[in-house]
Amino acid sequence: MKLGVIAIQGDVSEHVDALEKALKQRGEKCEVVTIKHRGIVPECDALVLPGGESTTLGKLLIREGIADEIKDMNAAGKPIMGTCAGLILLATAGDEQVAKTHQHLLGLMDTRVNRNAFGRQRDSFEYELELPFLETPYNAVFIRAPGIVEAGEDVKVLAEIDDMIVAAEQGNVLAMAFHPELTEDLRVHQYFLDKLF
Amino acid sequence: MELEKLRHGTELIKRGFAKMQKGGVIMDVVNPEQAKIAEEAGAVAVMALQAVPADIRKEGGVARMADPKIISEIIESVTIPVMGKARIGHFVEAEILEALGVDMVDESEVLTPADHKYHIDKTEFTVPFVCGARNLGEALRRINEGAAMIRTKGEAGTGDVSEAVKHMKQIMGEVRALKGKSREELIAVAREIEAPIELVLETAEMQRIPVVNFAAGGVATPADAALMMRMGADGVFVGSGIFKSENPEKMAKAIVEAVNNYDNPQVLAEVSKGIGAGMKGISVDSIPEGDILQTRGW
Repeated sequence: MKLGVIAIQGDVSEHVDALEKALKQRGEKCEVVTIKHRGIVPECDALVLPGGESTTLGKLLIREGIADEIKDMNAAGKPIMGTCAGLILLATAGDEQVAKTHQHLLGLMDTRVNRNAFGRQRDSFEYELELPFLETPYNAVFIRAPGIVEAGEDVKVLAEIDDMIVAAEQGNVLAMAFHPELTEDLRVHQYFLDKLF
Repeated sequence: MELEKLRHGTELIKRGFAKMQKGGVIMDVVNPEQAKIAEEAGAVAVMALQAVPADIRKEGGVARMADPKIISEIIESVTIPVMGKARIGHFVEAEILEALGVDMVDESEVLTPADHKYHIDKTEFTVPFVCGARNLGEALRRINEGAAMIRTKGEAGTGDVSEAVKHMKQIMGEVRALKGKSREELIAVAREIEAPIELVLETAEMQRIPVVNFAAGGVATPADAALMMRMGADGVFVGSGIFKSENPEKMAKAIVEAVNNYDNPQVLAEVSKGIGAGMKGISVDSIPEGDILQTRGW
């Protein structure tokens, strides 16, 4: 088994740490690899798209030839999780902010996203979020966070703040507008790993 | 949503923002056109300025925060984060930058210091700060004041990478030297480098400084950027190096690709081809002592 974390830019090591701790917690042996270039995604059984700057990540995923590999992985039904910038990249459509930068989207989740739904950095926040798969709230960290403004029928909404969807899943694909990798609470990563084991 | 339950400006959020910049290039820009070039090239953020450091150096006089109009125009023009520089100790300039919606404030030695004794109390702000450092003591003092990100000072506006190299090696070397030391030895180090004991202990334990650490000050080519990444930088600031080069579009894109491929000389060779001349620059040795920027702040 091999778990991949896209490592072009962003908080990659935090995801690697969280995944390794989560795997240890469940007693699973599984290699976690970081991916900067093409050729590695096809070897992976599950994939994480980390937080970072979606504009930058989108451009480099194309330049490095990784984007198509991720689409193939999705077609094969393997688990994929995107957090923050990852949620944007997973979407099928974006707002005018997304369009303005010729943002490349992977289109793995039938969603329309708003790039900075909650404003600039001064508006970033922590919030005790209720998630249907958890018994107690999760301290969710939102940093210049995006939101899902529209979701197709096949998308299961997991959490909303006001009218903005901040957590959703569609089959094998899981998207969070916040950063589960920034806290010590591994429950979101465990929920993702449940799709694999 | 119960608004009172949102917690803003926590240390986790400030340091978290800096973490999202890792592996990226932050570029100095002076107008919306340059900001768009930077974004298109794949920059993770832009630093909105009135003049790039090379011009600040040339013009002399007192260098201050940029005109808020320029900063607002740049904020309007791009989707990536926008940073702004405030003078060392000038907390009102920092408040103005925060009010403008700047995503991170650089309390910078490139501008003329406003306070020769105290840096800004950065814990008082919602917006995160980045500060320059030449050694571990300086880095930890800034973190103690609330900095969410550290960058080497280097020598800004020169295009001479040697000071950034010196400062990065100094910090990395001091961190390595903490390894294996007993608690009492670490306390002695803390006293010696004038840094808080808790932060020295944390650094020794983590074997890195507790916040994101970027390289800055003199980075001018894709090879310079890759060099800093090889030394362990989490990312790179490029100031005058892009828009003082012959072909800024090509240089910006090449530096972004160099940071993503810093450990692959084959790719570095490819991205460095035909990008035009780098900024002319000035060697640090030839700068009169009074014009050195890195000694501002302490």
